[in-house]
Amino acid sequence: MSTSQHQTKKIGVLNLQGAVSEHLAALNRIENVDPIAIKDPKQLDDIDGLIIPGGESTAISRLIKQNGLIAPIKNFAKQGKAILGTCAGLVLCGKQTTHNEVELLDLLDITVERNGFGRQINSFETTLEIEAIGQAVPAVFIRAPYIASAGEGVRQLAFVDDKCVMAQQGNIVVCSFHPELTQDDQIIRYFINLC
Amino acid sequence: MSMQFKTGTETVKRGMAQMQKGGVIMDVINAEQAKIAEQAGAVAVMALERVPSDIRAAGGVARMADPTIVAEVMEAVTIPVMAKARIGHIVEARILESMGVDYIDESEVLTPADEQYHLLKNEFTVPFVCGCRDLGEALRRLGEGASMLRTKGEPGTGNIVEAVRHMRKVNEQIRQVVSKSKDELMTYAKEIGAPYELLLEIKQLGKLPVVNFAAGGVATPADAALMMQLGADGVFVGSGIFKSENPEKFARAIVEATTYFDDYPRLAELSKGLGQAMKGIEISRLSDIERMQDRGW
Repeated sequence: MSTSQHQTKKIGVLNLQGAVSEHLAALNRIENVDPIAIKDPKQLDDIDGLIIPGGESTAISRLIKQNGLIAPIKNFAKQGKAILGTCAGLVLCGKQTTHNEVELLDLLDITVERNGFGRQINSFETTLEIEAIGQAVPAVFIRAPYIASAGEGVRQLAFVDDKCVMAQQGNIVVCSFHPELTQDDQIIRYFINLC
Repeated sequence: MSMQFKTGTETVKRGMAQMQKGGVIMDVINAEQAKIAEQAGAVAVMALERVPSDIRAAGGVARMADPTIVAEVMEAVTIPVMAKARIGHIVEARILESMGVDYIDESEVLTPADEQYHLLKNEFTVPFVCGCRDLGEALRRLGEGASMLRTKGEPGTGNIVEAVRHMRKVNEQIRQVVSKSKDELMTYAKEIGAPYELLLEIKQLGKLPVVNFAAGGVATPADAALMMQLGADGVFVGSGIFKSENPEKFARAIVEATTYFDDYPRLAELSKGLGQAMKGIEISRLSDIERMQDRGW
């Protein structure tokens, strides 16, 4: 028991709005991970990695600001700690959106097209070949954004047609889709290895 | 290598509602109100011709909104847009789907088009939310393909009592299902009018397989926080915002109260100086025919 304790990683899920319980449940399926819901900036000091979940990016952005979380999250990233942003989380981690409608965290050098795949009736499921992750990775896209352009330091990891839907810059990983809505833990495990 | 894309799947339809959790969905009747709602942090708006309290006051037959209003709201905001169709009105629902509305509420706030049957919602690509007063009603709607649930409450009254009753009832019955043995569930299915297979699923999950919001009577930030404490996944506010004295302030306060529903000093602070909430109605003053929650079967 004492050996497993010091390997355990504490992973936070930003608990303001959106698919929080789904990410906590996915983390619970993985060994040596202690999942924690995060609302208070002070909680960031205790965790090894942070997930910014899917939800409505406009709503989450407002709540991040209102709750004094912008600087603490940026600081968390600067310390080299890992952050995973899914869907709205991808939008929030970005540098800018094509229409500048949401205040972002600017954690990696990407420009995001919000709702880039269209409205809800165009939401879809598919499988992706992701060299860094594996083959036939199930991916659920819900009013999903895509990465319209990325800076030089960004690794573009997955595509739907010619649209980039997953990227990484150092300790920051983002995807347009929802690994937490599937039973496939490969992407979450990939992120935990960075933590 | 060609990829396969599947739209309108159960995961995609239910998933959309999962992304709304912890949020507030606000009724709006034009682009201006929609923008106020979005600015305040709403996770979606419900585009209507009239809010429920005005539908109540106007009387007559309440129908799907003029598509002009729905289109205007869709144009005005980047958050999801929902719209209401009458219970059982296949064509209103198909019209809204064709317009690209993100979610349809098959709603008792409108005058039912069918007094026997609800829509077969699993035939649509667009997802549906439906109201429920108890677990049987909730599971009948899921059986038809609803992807999200909400309490019915009593719309347009500004009185939270019915939403509380419905949320407590559903959660009490879920606990009963979990504690019953499997051989008791068929009889229970018969008693509450619920599909047996869905009761088995609830026994295994310990909860509903879809998101369940509160609706029908939320008028103040404290009402929203109360419903979250009772286990709601989020909140619909109908007349409560734009029938209050100061809609911008009310909208922001209700969003914040939904997020921080158990932080009492914060709730005290955000409830200060909001001005008058919508004027409410005592439920016992409503005649049977005025009770919207009794519509639906």
